[in-house]
Amino acid sequence: MSVMTVEGFDAFYGRSQALRGFSVELRGGEVLCLLGRNGAGKTTALKAIMGTIRRTAGRIVLDGRDLSALPAYEIPRAGIAHVPQGRRLFAELTVAENLEIGLSTRKSSRRALDYALGLFPVLTERMHQRSGTLSGGEQTMLTMARAMCIEPAVILLDEPTEGLMPSAIAGIREAVIRLRDNGVAVLLVEQRVDAVLPVADRVAFMDHGEIKARFTIDEVRNDLSLLHRYVGVGA
Amino acid sequence: MDIAPYLLLATLEGLVQASVLMLTALGLSLVFGVMRVVNVAHGEFYMLGAVGAWLCATLIPGHPAISFAVALIVAPLIVGLLAALADRAILQRINYNPEATIVSTIGISYIIQQLTLMTFGPDARAVDPPFYYNIRFPWFGYSSYKFFIIGVAVALVATLWLLMKHSKMGLLMRATQYDRETALNFGIPVGRVYSAVFAFGAMMAAVAGVLVVPNSQAHYLMGHDPLLMSFIVVIVGGLGSIPGTIAAAVLIGLSDGLLSVFFSPTLAKIASTLLVALVLVFKPQGLFGKAGRI
Ligand SMILES: Nc1ncnc2c1ncn2[C@@H]1O[C@H](COP(=O)(O)OP(=O)(O)OP(=O)(O)O)[C@@H](O)[C@H]1O
Ligand SMILES: [Mg+2]
Repeated sequence: MSVMTVEGFDAFYGRSQALRGFSVELRGGEVLCLLGRNGAGKTTALKAIMGTIRRTAGRIVLDGRDLSALPAYEIPRAGIAHVPQGRRLFAELTVAENLEIGLSTRKSSRRALDYALGLFPVLTERMHQRSGTLSGGEQTMLTMARAMCIEPAVILLDEPTEGLMPSAIAGIREAVIRLRDNGVAVLLVEQRVDAVLPVADRVAFMDHGEIKARFTIDEVRNDLSLLHRYVGVGA
Repeated sequence: MDIAPYLLLATLEGLVQASVLMLTALGLSLVFGVMRVVNVAHGEFYMLGAVGAWLCATLIPGHPAISFAVALIVAPLIVGLLAALADRAILQRINYNPEATIVSTIGISYIIQQLTLMTFGPDARAVDPPFYYNIRFPWFGYSSYKFFIIGVAVALVATLWLLMKHSKMGLLMRATQYDRETALNFGIPVGRVYSAVFAFGAMMAAVAGVLVVPNSQAHYLMGHDPLLMSFIVVIVGGLGSIPGTIAAAVLIGLSDGLLSVFFSPTLAKIASTLLVALVLVFKPQGLFGKAGRI
């Protein structure tokens, strides 16, 4: 039973079409990896789900509720969280203030904060530090914790390991697994295949704004040439 | 000739100017800071506050203090409502596109001016101060109403500061200011925040307008000067910075007061304009603005 169903998204930047019938289905407690080259439309797809760019076609359903006509600010309230590419923390604000923004629309903010900090305990010691001064890995943890403050059913992660040291990448990978084990449906965008193989349940390859192929992780493991075909490994 | 009394008088005049300027400029700065909108109609909201005070004074019988108190609350509320409507009906529809907002706020400014002219006529209207009590200094008496202006301005600015730094609304405004898209991603209704900010900025100008009428007069063209001076303050102080705007308002208000008393008001205007030119050349992010943060 899928938590989130996205069907037939079209989106344009001016005249050029960035999404062509983009569709995905996500189940609770699974990690779906969206892979694709630079400019394939991965970031655009996540923004279209969040409603921060305009779609010209398509439908989105979360837990049986049709969200297609809602304004952008209602999407997170309905239960979809987004960790954007390049982190986009409020660098001048403290860790606590960043989390407070995540909590701003929650009714029971104490419980939500405990939940988020429980998933990312490293942050508890840093609550009053300016978030711009955190290490790269900690900043990524903070963006994920901030997103978890809305206690989402679905989380969209846009290249969370981009620009991180290998040790920090391992930390993020563990965090993704914790989210999944908590029953959250994870849509993970990555370019580095080696970063996703250990955590993914399913893989979707995207190119020119549409999904070209879908595989289970076992299919990919058994035939690594798939990766060459769709993304070009090493990219 | 003893210079001390003149200096005191000039300083007091300067502080009164600075207070009014601080309110007006903070409104402009807030709107620019959060929404990236250069509101050319800001001076008209100030003018509407003043005209509102005059209207209250003519409509409400009894002691001038009563109509003044009503004006101080009702005029800003009405102006705020008007601004929120303008935001919904115009700015939101043009997606806050920078060039388009400048042109359309120029349009809003003319519409407000002409409607005021058509409704209330071209005359300058005087309003009695709410109280006449004079504070005696050894050399001259000074209107206690002017101290009241300073007091109200300081109280309002302190409230604004607390709201921005310590309230949830302030946090939402700051989040929207830093990153609109991320704010949306956390369920912050950015459209509503914008309307509120635009209304709030206009209300600050309207309060300044109400405060200023008993000293000067209400007139449909009175918005020009405060708009220009607010731009000067906002540029000198650093766009969107609250402390910078306050400091620049005090600096410019005081220098304006001193130069006007000792030399001439024209020289005072020349000096502030020169200051802006210098700031733009040598420190374009403003005296107090942080480089790199627009
Ligand atoms: N704001 C924009 N205006 C115009 N074109 C855009 C805009 N943002 C993205 N594009 C274009 O849309 C296409 C998809 O971009 P998108 O950012 O979604 O790709 P991506 O798969 O996330 O790439 P990357 O892996 O580099 O992050 C690209 O061709 C890009 O140039
Ligand atoms: Mg991207």
